[in-house]
Amino acid sequence: MGLNNSLKDSFYQNFIADDRWKYLTDGLKNTLLITIFAILIGIILGFIVAIIRATHDKTGKMKILNFFAKIYLTVIRGTPVVVQLLIIYFVIFGSVNINKIFVAVLAFGLNSGAYVAEIVRSGIMSIDNGQFEAGSSLGLSYRQTMTSIILPQAFKNVLPALANEFIVLLKETSVAGYIAIADLTKGGDVIRSQTYDPFLPLIAVAVIYLVMVMFLTSLVTKLERRLAKNDKR
Amino acid sequence: MISVNNLNKSFGELHILKDITEEIHKGEKVVIIGPSGSGKSTFLRCLNLMEIPTSGEIYFEDVDITKASIKEVNLLRRKLGMVFQHFNLFPHLTIKKNITLAPVKLGIMSQADADNRAMELLKKVGLADKAEQYPAQLSGGQKQRIAIARSLAMNPDVMLFDEPTSALDPEMVGEVLNLMKELADDGMTMVVVTHEMGFAREVASRVMFMEDGRIVEQGSPDEFFNNPQNPRLKEFLSKVL
Repeated sequence: MGLNNSLKDSFYQNFIADDRWKYLTDGLKNTLLITIFAILIGIILGFIVAIIRATHDKTGKMKILNFFAKIYLTVIRGTPVVVQLLIIYFVIFGSVNINKIFVAVLAFGLNSGAYVAEIVRSGIMSIDNGQFEAGSSLGLSYRQTMTSIILPQAFKNVLPALANEFIVLLKETSVAGYIAIADLTKGGDVIRSQTYDPFLPLIAVAVIYLVMVMFLTSLVTKLERRLAKNDKR
Repeated sequence: MISVNNLNKSFGELHILKDITEEIHKGEKVVIIGPSGSGKSTFLRCLNLMEIPTSGEIYFEDVDITKASIKEVNLLRRKLGMVFQHFNLFPHLTIKKNITLAPVKLGIMSQADADNRAMELLKKVGLADKAEQYPAQLSGGQKQRIAIARSLAMNPDVMLFDEPTSALDPEMVGEVLNLMKELADDGMTMVVVTHEMGFAREVASRVMFMEDGRIVEQGSPDEFFNNPQNPRLKEFLSKVL
């Protein structure tokens, strides 16, 4: 049997026999589900926390909210995401029967929110104070200035960093297997444990992650180009 | 129109404005000059509460604005247009959107009305062809003219100018000063902090000299420039004229 035949045979065993490819596609579905909803939570939570922190830094208001925001950031950024996932599943929801995917979305969303918050806050703080002054000199309220003048500019400035955060998040969901979620990584690992052949299933998993990341990157490049239209001279 | 009573402003230990009492009447064109750090910008920025006074009162049309709520202050600022040294145009919006943003957001005009008004103003400042461009595509002088148009879109009663030509290349100063002259001729009440003595001489109805947080001398341009009394003003004028 040549190398070609053994590869063919391995491919058949790992993906075709017993419909094993379904481990990968079902896993991919879960990975995408977790990632997409975690990104949504991360964005919403991150922007809220960033606005609280930036408003406190700029105006000295929102002292109590800022205090809680700081605790949140310290705890989330100071502990590994796997530990957070395990604590949320086994401790916080330990005594209730709950959908694991929901737990993962919550855990990764809470985790991502902290990083998004710091990224967005740095974006807000990078906007020249003159923009705030111009807004308020026209009679716009702090909130109106924030939403129609500061945040659009801040968002554009931090877009590369945000994209990077979401790429990291997509890959981080690979630890979802710790609470027995059949995600993409787990799917590949299950195949490996059935066929005792690690090479193809794990490489396949890696390639699928890589393709998704490349796709995300190209999307962001397009968006960046669209947002950059006001920079041209 | 604006009446200032014992105005004090400190930044920490630094006492910037010292017991300023002053009146600005409708239709006046007040030009404030003085050395750096004399408090002239701070004084101007107190008038629309960009800086919050440490003590004293500022009356705008008989209402003490230093005691106003945030909402009232926002309403007040619509009537006090401000033009900044560094223009502070919104770089992510087209020129037209820069002008229409506030009137539309504040519910004063519909987008269509605001667009028409913006085009009128752009014609007035001679930049109608730039409506769909972005601030980064404009020269400094053009940016400042747009900034003036943006303020005018709110139909202010008073225009405050904070060193409007200080960040401009020398050859662009003229176009901005000319526009300001036109505004003055239209009867706009103006308070201008500037180093342009020619403008002060030609356009001002009253010139003030600030030094160390106080208004130490003021008068009509004629007596102010030709017959200064205060020794510090004499020294200042001898250096800048």
